[in-house]
Amino acid sequence: MILVVDMNFKKSSLGCLEFVQPILSTISDLDVCIAKHYIDIGQNELAKCDAAILSGTPLKDNTTLNHLEKFRWVKSGNKPVLGICAGFQTIGLVFGACLKKCLGIGMTEITTLQSNILFSSQFKAYTLHNFSIEPTDEFDTLAESTQCIQAFKHKRRNIYGVLFHPEVRNKEILRRFVCEFSGHRRV
Amino acid sequence: MKLGVLFSGGKDSTLALHLAMERETVACLITLKSKNAESYMFHTPNIDLTKLQAVALKLPLIMRITEGRKEEELEDLRQAIDDAVGRFQIEGVVTGAVESVYQSTRIQCVCHQLNLWCFNPLWKRNQKELLEELITKRFKVIVSGIFAYPLDETWLGKELNLDIIDKLMKLEKEFGISPSGEGGEIETTVLDAPMFRRKIEILQHAIEARGNSGVFQVNEARLVPK
Repeated sequence: MILVVDMNFKKSSLGCLEFVQPILSTISDLDVCIAKHYIDIGQNELAKCDAAILSGTPLKDNTTLNHLEKFRWVKSGNKPVLGICAGFQTIGLVFGACLKKCLGIGMTEITTLQSNILFSSQFKAYTLHNFSIEPTDEFDTLAESTQCIQAFKHKRRNIYGVLFHPEVRNKEILRRFVCEFSGHRRV
Repeated sequence: MKLGVLFSGGKDSTLALHLAMERETVACLITLKSKNAESYMFHTPNIDLTKLQAVALKLPLIMRITEGRKEEELEDLRQAIDDAVGRFQIEGVVTGAVESVYQSTRIQCVCHQLNLWCFNPLWKRNQKELLEELITKRFKVIVSGIFAYPLDETWLGKELNLDIIDKLMKLEKEFGISPSGEGGEIETTVLDAPMFRRKIEILQHAIEARGNSGVFQVNEARLVPK
């Protein structure tokens, strides 16, 4: 089962329709998926899931960056996690990284720096962010744009972050993550 | 949160409005009337009907006319939204964008400049599901523009129903037409929706069509009880 975490400022928001539903539409044929708001994530949900995807949010919604205590499970647990945009930023902060002001709106050229299971070479991606991060030594930088870091992976664990939005363009990235870490492996 | 909805009177912006009204406070509608028939951003048949739709919705409407030149129309949009901030204290904008990164990126930039939230509640929606949701929620939608082969004038004025959706899905398979008109193949006009206090009755219309391009122009309409 894949847990899709709604990172928006409140439950059932307009942002949920925009940032969570497209993730579900992209991967729901691959495995059982449940969507939960980040406030409601408990041991029960975490025990049942094989992996988690943290959604993005509207450009003005930085709420989770001030609720890092709700994401201790990312660091203390052992689940594979993929953070998208706000999810990327939140994972970074949970592991002690610093935010770096970086505005990105629209299609951006991404360059892969390190071989990984999600993407390769150069590609265009949709971005919508106010910040990137400067990751700690625990992370490898997987990709960058001309402006900032666009993807990372924890050096020892299957914790990934992408600043761009694969649910908009590059849906295969989300599907590869689910295929790799799904308990069902229906693909 | 007080929001303004970018409103063309077509199915997407009206469904986005519906979803916004279910979740937040919609303070006003914002319509840009483009003089440029080629505008990628704002050209829509029956754009003047938004005035009557706004009355049916009991919502104030800010309408701004734009020449429709590529980047100037963005400045016109910025001014219209800024006007909504001044008059209705909106904190964010809702759009009916479904697929177009071009449109969405430009509106996101304008909202960022004005320090406003931007919501796209139909973003990346499956087109068939989106059309079916309109039927389920009892929206009354007519085809008011056709702009692609093999659509012809027989489509103009037709009401969206499950049979029409089925035909559009077949055209997608055969000719690559976007069933919800994301490529500008089809334009629509909404005559009734759950949040309309009264519905629109068309009293007089004209069909202007040539080949695979045409519009169903509403010349006279009124509000009637539902």
